[in-house]
Amino acid sequence: MGSVGRIILQRLGLGLLTLLVVSIVIFVAVNALPGDFAEAILGQGATPEAVAAIRSDLGLDEPYLARYFGWLADALRGDLGTSFAQANFAAFAGTDAGSGLGSVAAMLGPRFANTMFLAGVTAAIAVPISVTLGILAALYRNSVFDRVANITTLTSISSPEFFLAYVLILFLAVMNPILPVLSLVNDDMGLGERLKMTLLPALTLTLVVTAHMMRMTRAAIINLLASPYIEMARLKGMSPMRVIVRHALPNALAPIINVIALNLAYLITGVVVVEVVFVYPGIGQLFVDSVKIRDIPVVQACCLIFAAAYILLNLTADILSILSNPRLRHPK
Amino acid sequence: MMIWLLGILVVALPVAYGFRMAGQKLTGNAPRFRDMPSGVAYGYVIGAVVLVWLVWTYIASWLAEGPAANQYFFFRIAIHGFLIFSVMAISFRWLGTKVGPEFTKKLFRNMPATAAFGILIIIIYAVVSIFAGVIAPYGQEEILGAANVVPGGNPAFGGDPAYPLGTDQIGRDILSRLIYGAQNTVGIAFVTTCLAFFVGGSLGFLAATLQGWLDQVISRTVDVLMAIPALIFALLLMTIATVWANELGVNRTIFMVLIIALIDSTRVFRLARAVGLNIVVMDYIEAAKLRGEGLSYLIFKEILPNATAPLLAEFGLRFCFVFLTIASLSFLGVGIQPPLADWGTMVKDLSQFINFAAFAPQVAAAPLLAASAIALLTVAVNFVVDWMLHKSSGLKE
Amino acid sequence: MTEQLLKIRGLKIEGRSDEMWNQIVNGVDIDLMKGEVLGLIGESGAGKSTVGLAAMGFTRDGCRISEGTVEFDGVDLVNAAASVKRGLLGKRIAYVAQSAAASFNPAHKIIDQHTEGPTQHGVMGKKESEMDGMELYEKLRLPDPENIGFRYPHQVSGGQLQRAMTAMAMACRPDLIIFDEPTTALDVTTQIEVLASIRQIVEEFDTAAIYITHDLAVVAQMSDKIKVLLKGDEVEEADTRTMLSAPTQEYTKSLWAVRSFQRPSKPPVPTSATPVISVQNVTAAYGTVPVLHDVSFDIHEGRTVAVVGESGSGKSTAARCITGLLPPVSGTIEFDGVAMPLDYRKRTKDQLRQAQMIYQMADTALNPRKSIGEIIGRPVEFYMGLKGAAKRKRVDELLDQIELEPSQYFHRLPSELSGGQKQRIGIARALAAEPKFIICDEVTSALDQLVAEGILRLLAKLQDDLKLSYMFITHDLATVRAISDEVVVMKDGRVVEQGTKDEMFKPPHHPYTDLLLSSVPEMDPDWLTNLLNERGVDNIGDAAVGKMT
Repeated sequence: MGSVGRIILQRLGLGLLTLLVVSIVIFVAVNALPGDFAEAILGQGATPEAVAAIRSDLGLDEPYLARYFGWLADALRGDLGTSFAQANFAAFAGTDAGSGLGSVAAMLGPRFANTMFLAGVTAAIAVPISVTLGILAALYRNSVFDRVANITTLTSISSPEFFLAYVLILFLAVMNPILPVLSLVNDDMGLGERLKMTLLPALTLTLVVTAHMMRMTRAAIINLLASPYIEMARLKGMSPMRVIVRHALPNALAPIINVIALNLAYLITGVVVVEVVFVYPGIGQLFVDSVKIRDIPVVQACCLIFAAAYILLNLTADILSILSNPRLRHPK
Repeated sequence: MMIWLLGILVVALPVAYGFRMAGQKLTGNAPRFRDMPSGVAYGYVIGAVVLVWLVWTYIASWLAEGPAANQYFFFRIAIHGFLIFSVMAISFRWLGTKVGPEFTKKLFRNMPATAAFGILIIIIYAVVSIFAGVIAPYGQEEILGAANVVPGGNPAFGGDPAYPLGTDQIGRDILSRLIYGAQNTVGIAFVTTCLAFFVGGSLGFLAATLQGWLDQVISRTVDVLMAIPALIFALLLMTIATVWANELGVNRTIFMVLIIALIDSTRVFRLARAVGLNIVVMDYIEAAKLRGEGLSYLIFKEILPNATAPLLAEFGLRFCFVFLTIASLSFLGVGIQPPLADWGTMVKDLSQFINFAAFAPQVAAAPLLAASAIALLTVAVNFVVDWMLHKSSGLKE
Repeated sequence: MTEQLLKIRGLKIEGRSDEMWNQIVNGVDIDLMKGEVLGLIGESGAGKSTVGLAAMGFTRDGCRISEGTVEFDGVDLVNAAASVKRGLLGKRIAYVAQSAAASFNPAHKIIDQHTEGPTQHGVMGKKESEMDGMELYEKLRLPDPENIGFRYPHQVSGGQLQRAMTAMAMACRPDLIIFDEPTTALDVTTQIEVLASIRQIVEEFDTAAIYITHDLAVVAQMSDKIKVLLKGDEVEEADTRTMLSAPTQEYTKSLWAVRSFQRPSKPPVPTSATPVISVQNVTAAYGTVPVLHDVSFDIHEGRTVAVVGESGSGKSTAARCITGLLPPVSGTIEFDGVAMPLDYRKRTKDQLRQAQMIYQMADTALNPRKSIGEIIGRPVEFYMGLKGAAKRKRVDELLDQIELEPSQYFHRLPSELSGGQKQRIGIARALAAEPKFIICDEVTSALDQLVAEGILRLLAKLQDDLKLSYMFITHDLATVRAISDEVVVMKDGRVVEQGTKDEMFKPPHHPYTDLLLSSVPEMDPDWLTNLLNERGVDNIGDAAVGKMT
């Protein structure tokens, strides 16, 4: 176990390091904006108070290095800064910009929860379906079922999310009003109603993600079917199902775990388009809105959260596939 | 509804059993039925049910009249589309086996219909995008008389024969914009992919051949860049780029090309490096090194010729990815800069019409047209790439 | 009275390639009685594995039985239902694969894979089967039979795994076992133990077997009768002793004769002569792992030095040190009495030209995208500066030298050539540099015996014509006997013994050399029996190596 522990610690360290470097990249990118961006963003018509509020909030007079570490330290404490839009609004309204209303963290909190809910629902539908279908497709490879599945999944992978979303809206919301067109979830809803609201975006994402996961599961298993130990199992008189489930699947776990993690990462980060289509109040929609109005602190914070989730999931996949490898679990 | 579905699933169980037994009886216990597991028999029955439902709905769509027919409008389009494309693909393949030099004939003979479909669509898109200016009836930025003309060209439903696919919210011809969209969206995606391949590919092969510190530096940089999800990174950089674009007075589309090329070159780098590393360990590379050959000979004469197949397949996939990213960015409003016609922006601008589908399906078709134009091309490219990958893996066995 | 167990009549098998069905087995008959062992031999592509699998009613993906019958104990395996076949496989017919390391599932413990057959076929319960497995392990002389099964395959050595696989095949006490080249991937000293255990257990349970191999000497030890296959055709069949002493067919005779090729010994090298290559006190390491310890040997003009050893002995590493791919940590490498830079990148073009290399796998040694003309033409152009017609002329000369018709081969791609032809192209590429010294790294081990012999003869002829010096790396002592003038025996990165060939093949030996020599199977069907009688099971193979260190 010693060596596995060491490898996992190494990966953890590497993940943290990556996150740190990513935060630098994001910071540098944002600071590549021309001129004093407080002014550039608020425009000529901004009140001097608003500009001053942003300047002081971002500490624009300090050197880059100090600003970076200041931002990082604040981010670690959960203080993600103040939204420009809110600051501007607050300045107009004459209230203090530093109050809870304008803080990015307060804006992000509930939206992050919503996005996680959407991703969770999708994962709960997509993961079992795709793994089962992938195994079936591998078992009955080159059959009619496999071919139909191949064409269907290729099509759904290739389609842009908004196309799938609109097709689903068309059939399930407009032509047959089963589900709502817009997913306007709010905190007061019960779980059932919330689920109903979330189902359409979740289905859209499921279509994209399932196709990908299923193809990879199938490929991972079929890859192994040429190995001598699979032939051995067949020559021991084992049934096709047993060959797949007991002999191929345990060895295909690492690639399958990887693709699941990758798709979950995609779910948390790639929801942007779907959230926009369904006006789902998640972090993705906020991100796009902030990008459009160049609300830098929000963009910066969202990026950091997305990157963190992405790195974390990949890290988990890495660790799980290490644990699924008997060569590493049971060293010589 | 749910109960019906469940009921069908349960009833299919005994039917499947009967189907297998009957099959064994009728064929005199042929291996096909004898060795058929129950699960497979069940699958056949469910497949048959779905098929029957499709046919039945299709017949119902002919019988329905008035508002009820609207229900079936898109269903019928889907079925017709599927049938028309199938016929086109199969006749195209048939044509391929008859016309042209011997090796393309042989290629077409062993080609699945999906790949033939893909190639046909790609050719059509290429022609449309190259000759967009000739084909399109109006200019892409031309604002014509009437806004919001309904597609279909039928005056009874608010259409106009002069604009077969209608006009958009400020009165531009949708057909023309779709055609110009091919030129803009596909052309820009193509350029971006080429750029990404040039940068990522050359760095990847360089890293694989030289290894050592250069490889380490580039690989670690790529690791970090890839740790940020592509679309998010693109959006972040676009935010900054739009500010710069305004400042410098440059079209932001150029920035978008550069940004997406940068992000995608990391993926190309990974692949090129992996492919390169697989080739570099071969003895013929060692022999060339021991002969004293220089770096450019190694890369261009020894490695590159062996890497074309995987790189070509990757080019197809990358193109799809770039194309979808551009479409998504445009859809989100930060991609190709208006008034250039492009499909992503068109979907966004027309998306409201989809809500009219229940009573005026023709109206709702407008945004879907642009979206399907995107989907059709990526599906086509993916079909071709899938076939190529299948072919190259089949040769190894 | 013996009872017929397996009856194959007119078996034809087709393989799918290039979207066409081509026949790969053209009508083979097999009769096997209970408890009888049939040896199936042939070169690669003879269809022996395909026939072996077909005896189980099984074909690999992309193959099909097109004609003929396979009857196992009265059951028609070609037309039987899949479920009937599954009931027989593993239970009454078992299979032992070539590579045990690849054929054990890496995800499960050995004993769990062992018990899978008996429990799934309902022969024994899990506990009972586990106990039985341990007994079998003990019979097969696996170390620590009580616990070895609870390890994962990667934790057990190759020779032990091969025995564990034999035990697994025995788990249901089958009537027939198919052994598909079970010792080909093993070193000689390991092979001999596995052979001894397989033979013992097959005899003990009176199991019938089909033993597939390309090694005549091995099949002579194992089987009661031998069938020879050539390109899917049956050549002849006879009981083992008759077959060895009096083969009737030309092809069989030529197979038997391969081992007789031997070059005459050369006069000893005068002590004053400067060696072409002199390796002096070379120590090398991969990273921090030491792989070579103080290795020294000389290679003289026109001589062949065979470097012999089992896998991991450091013989290929020594070659990498000489070429400069792995610069040694200490020591020198002299060419014609002058020390060369240790890193190949620091060597001059002429130094690089003088030492050439021929590789084991001709497949990976030739760029698949280049024509033969380009492959051989490049060094001609690169070193000699020849272009156009002069280059073409030189390439044609080289092709003539390796006995391939220039006009026919110049434009071909490597994939259009057979294994032996590819290896010849590898030789021509080395010759194109007009070197004094060539390293041959296991150049014949991937080839069939007849083809290998042709390559050896060609190398010998070229040496005489061009005064070449060879460093000949091999693990095969028959090859050493055929071609070498001097021999260097290596083990664990050290030179164990070196001297002229005649010295090496006559006693007294270093004990390791002795073990290596005695482990090489001979064509005498009694060889293994005699060796076992003489030494006992615990003094052959790895067991003896263990005692030595």
